[in-house]
Amino acid sequence: MSPLSLALWTPLACLFVLLALPSSQKTAIKLWANISAVLGLLTMLPLITGYDRSNGGFQFVERAEWIPSLGIQYYIGIDGISLLLMVLTAVTAVVATLSSWEAIQDRLKQYYAMLLLLQVGMLGVFASLDFILFYVFWELVLVPMYFLIGVWGGPRKLYAAIKFFLYTLAGSVLMLLGILTLYSQHWTQFGTPTFEIDALLRLTMPFWMQQWVFWALFIGFAIKVPMFPFHTWLPDAHTEAPTAGSVILAAVLLKMGTYGFLRFSLPLLPQASMDRTIVQVVVGLSLIGILYGALVCLMQQDWKRLVAYSSVSHLGFCTLGIFSLNPNGIAGSVIQQLNHGISTGMLFLIVGVVYERRHTREISEYGGLAHRMPLFATVFAFAVLSSAGLPLLNGFVGEFTILQGAFEANRWWAAMAVPGVVIGAAYLLWLYQRTTLGQITNAKNNHLADLSWRELAVFAPFILWAFSIGLYPKPYFEIIERPVARIVERVRPGYYQDRPPSPALAQAPHAAPHTAQGGAR
Amino acid sequence: MNFLDLIWLIPLFPLAGAATMLLIGRKLDPQGHSDVALAPALAAEHGGDHGGGHAHAHGEHHHPATRRLIAFISPGAILLSLLFSLGAVAQLASLAKKSHEVILYTWITGLPFHTATGALSTFTADWGFLLDPLSSVMILVVTFVGFLIHVYATGYMAHDGGYYRFFGYLNLFVFFMLTLVLANNYALLFAGWEGVGLCSYLLIGFYFHKKSAGDAGNKAFIVNRIGDAGFLLGMFLLLSLTGSIQFTRVNEVLNSGVFHAETAGFGILSLTALFLFIGATGKSAQVPLYVWLPDAMEGPTPVSALIHAATMVTAGVYMVARSNALYSLTPETSAIVMGVGAFTAILSASIALVQNDIKRVLAYSTVSQLGYMFMAAGAGAYWVAVFHLYTHAFFKALLFLGSGSVIHAMSGEQDMRHMGALKDKIPTTFKTMFVGSVAIAGIPGLAGFFSKDEILWQVFSAPGGSKAVYIVGLITAAMTAFYMWRLMFMTFYGEPRMDEATAKHIHESPASMTVPLTILAAGSILAGWIGVPKLWSFLPESFRTFEHWLEPVFMRHAAEAAHGAHDAGHGDAALEWGLMGLSVAIAIGAILFARSLYGKAWKVDPIEALTGPMHKTLLNKWYVDEIYNYLFVDGLVKGGGTLLGRFDRRVVDGGVNGAGWLTRFTSTLSMWWDRWIIDGAVRLAALLAQIFSFPVRLIQTGQVQAYALVFLLGVGLFLGWRWMA
Repeated sequence: MSPLSLALWTPLACLFVLLALPSSQKTAIKLWANISAVLGLLTMLPLITGYDRSNGGFQFVERAEWIPSLGIQYYIGIDGISLLLMVLTAVTAVVATLSSWEAIQDRLKQYYAMLLLLQVGMLGVFASLDFILFYVFWELVLVPMYFLIGVWGGPRKLYAAIKFFLYTLAGSVLMLLGILTLYSQHWTQFGTPTFEIDALLRLTMPFWMQQWVFWALFIGFAIKVPMFPFHTWLPDAHTEAPTAGSVILAAVLLKMGTYGFLRFSLPLLPQASMDRTIVQVVVGLSLIGILYGALVCLMQQDWKRLVAYSSVSHLGFCTLGIFSLNPNGIAGSVIQQLNHGISTGMLFLIVGVVYERRHTREISEYGGLAHRMPLFATVFAFAVLSSAGLPLLNGFVGEFTILQGAFEANRWWAAMAVPGVVIGAAYLLWLYQRTTLGQITNAKNNHLADLSWRELAVFAPFILWAFSIGLYPKPYFEIIERPVARIVERVRPGYYQDRPPSPALAQAPHAAPHTAQGGAR
Repeated sequence: MNFLDLIWLIPLFPLAGAATMLLIGRKLDPQGHSDVALAPALAAEHGGDHGGGHAHAHGEHHHPATRRLIAFISPGAILLSLLFSLGAVAQLASLAKKSHEVILYTWITGLPFHTATGALSTFTADWGFLLDPLSSVMILVVTFVGFLIHVYATGYMAHDGGYYRFFGYLNLFVFFMLTLVLANNYALLFAGWEGVGLCSYLLIGFYFHKKSAGDAGNKAFIVNRIGDAGFLLGMFLLLSLTGSIQFTRVNEVLNSGVFHAETAGFGILSLTALFLFIGATGKSAQVPLYVWLPDAMEGPTPVSALIHAATMVTAGVYMVARSNALYSLTPETSAIVMGVGAFTAILSASIALVQNDIKRVLAYSTVSQLGYMFMAAGAGAYWVAVFHLYTHAFFKALLFLGSGSVIHAMSGEQDMRHMGALKDKIPTTFKTMFVGSVAIAGIPGLAGFFSKDEILWQVFSAPGGSKAVYIVGLITAAMTAFYMWRLMFMTFYGEPRMDEATAKHIHESPASMTVPLTILAAGSILAGWIGVPKLWSFLPESFRTFEHWLEPVFMRHAAEAAHGAHDAGHGDAALEWGLMGLSVAIAIGAILFARSLYGKAWKVDPIEALTGPMHKTLLNKWYVDEIYNYLFVDGLVKGGGTLLGRFDRRVVDGGVNGAGWLTRFTSTLSMWWDRWIIDGAVRLAALLAQIFSFPVRLIQTGQVQAYALVFLLGVGLFLGWRWMA
């Protein structure tokens, strides 16, 4: 078994072991679930160490027939982008599992089984190179998440679970239509049935058809991201989900949408992706999402809902980067997808900590928490600063690179996105002030316990990761540089060559520097 | 030792100090636990910034011996930085090329991008340091003044909880500040820039149990973020124009002659410079983003002195000076810089005239003095801007620390209306503050005179200057002398106006506080003598070291300025002497005027009668905060947020729920159709069959006996019929 299949199926194997454990042995179940998550993380090591950064193509490729008559295969492989997202999935799984230790008390076995199943689905999405296999994993993810929200969720869990399930399903169906169009095109053009991505890259499709397929896929991905105006399932699902569910939802599930753009929309439909109208619409929606999400955050009364809306704003940056269609925008977007997982994951864990103690998410119920929970206040501050994009923490690297890419594509885009950074700081600091600073005004907060060792251990991986990306992001750029270059070359052939100056900049000099690196070294 | 290659250690010492404090400080200062627990109770007793326990009379506190370790480590880390800075600068002075770069590693690596010209370039931001004359001035100011303020704080904060937390943040601030000024590129500068903003936020909100402190911290951070947004865009423009964000490289490209000065109109370079300047207006508290600085006085006084007077707020001036190659190509933006500086200077000086809180007067004074620096930078006299930055660091740090000593003596009282006659009770504080006030007023011989007078002269005479701005500067100088001496007279002279209990407590501060004051006072007297006017040709050139030291950085402009000065000719010497005399006369006049108002006993603040109807407006700071609140906080942000929130719930999500409702409605309809029409047809068929089958069913009883009977009857009938036939 190759390392990739091992990584993909380990959670499922662990799931079978879990099912064999008796339901009455609660500690054993919890222990095994945590061991499984760590095992899942360990299976990432061979992928990380074995990954060849100088190769932009797919690695660890594996292929087997599945339904030969329809051309459906078990075909998996990863590039740098999928690698980072898979690692994010594995780390998030560890954090989410450990965070559930106290929070979940009933139907333990089913709960952890759902977490493991979810992990298989997410890893599969990032590893699939066959469109149908991708689709299967994509839909597989819905099921455990539906149960996580619907069974272990908050007061309005049923509404939220059904909304989440149906909304995303509706998108997926359109996506399936798009996939089938590509499939039938391949059938007409080459006479063979296949859902293989590299085979579909050979297609030559008229522009109008590319456009239709683009929009079909777009709806599927945009709902998942979620982009404005398809985002309203998110606050409900996030708010009602148990903490671990929210963390996974934010950290990984949303990235399936952005990943879809990178893996399918851009490479398969380069002309449509380059089209002026399409880019303007998608970037317009991204910019609206950035500002709109941030402004809506300011009036939220519910702590968790606020964090959920901040995701809309942050994911707007990710899609903005992707549709800047240049290396910095796309690479920044990938980095920011990681960052969002880390910082928003932390913010949801933070809510989880106080929710476990007080069973309310109303911001006005809190205040002055720093007096009783100084450690909590410190960790919360890190989460806030990471999310607000403070330099030397992770968020800055992603935002900065995305903005640089957006700026290169169109100065106005960057100028319009930048206020999002300002409002971002505003709603986060205001949230921090209202919950953590000031006096304790609510007597119920007078005897809250500070973070336990276990809770601290839950935050530790994310905090360390946040610092490492913020201080030394170079390895991440190296991992994704080639894959990003492949996408850019595909969408904009000849990008990596000098171009004549654009007329808009007649003022600019004619003789220009060719490299940025000068100075002593 | 080769200090030049070790400049990366200079910011690292404070970082190590900060890490020690924040990680194990709690163990060194166990009393620190109670800072959180006791804080609310203490805050209730004290309105002032000095939230700590002055009311708990001195000597009652028993601090663990380990607390002394904190008082040793924290300033010690800054002292090490100071020594390494001195070593490095001394070695730099002996180099022929006054510039030394040390690159630790590549921080943000680049991916290819197209510059504005279409050329392919690669983005790189190193974790790299640049020591040149400009950054060496900055690190000396930061570490020297920083060290003195750290020492002072060991005394000032002795009665406060959270000792370790305070010094941890303070050390962290110095780390970021040194990173900012030593960075060799705009991105790392920006990292330091945001980092000092964070520390400022943490220290303003140090007494976090007070809502006002939290509010002020938020305001500072968010207003600064607005400036940062401009900075970011400026950085991207610069990157796109020059292909790099490394200072040496950017300057090389800008000076290479491919760009021409935008004298004809507002072009892309001017836009770049303007965006960077927006960043500077945030950090250096200029119009329109100055509003956070006065509120920042919620922080402990050493913080006000170090961050909000001597160092952090000058970062914008430093950045503009650092970008001098750009600004010298953009006369229009430079004019904007000068205009904004002048407007800020006079606006905030006018507010300072009537304030009663001793720290607020100094805060507005700082805003005003920063305005002077931008006036100089906008006029193209970058070295003078840096010169004023340097002298201002001494006398403003002195004044703030002095005011802290006053507050310390007054048990936390900050309102000058409740002070008076402190002159003989806290003599060291008085004498040192006297020196600072003379210096800032611009009396010849002291630091402030040299730098301020040079600014006025440059604004008057430089090609980029303006006579109108000069007059604004002159009026501001008069106001400065007046409000500073109003402060002095209200605090130290006249009748005592405090209550009994406070009066009994008044005491001079400990040596840890008075020694730094004395050193800074000496600095306020001597610091200016390395930048004496050219006019004073009777003094040797070594009295003008400052300008010559900075020449390599501002070479191009120095050459131009020298050229201009020669053109202006020597005939102007009389004029220059005259202007100098005028500004000195105005300063002395303003001081005497303040004395005539406040030197005697008074009940109602004489300034009220003097300013008449304007008094309320000035006291309320021209209502700028109220206007901003109304327009931006309540209107744009909260109002917009609420509106959009409703839109989101009603319209966007309403659409989703509506789709759900529509689905349910059509499914109900379908169900009805299905039950009554489709299934109705089926059931109708059944009904018809039922009706028509009615007669048949009468005999279909299902009873075997009946069937047998019928059968028998039938058989009987049949047999009978056969028999009859």
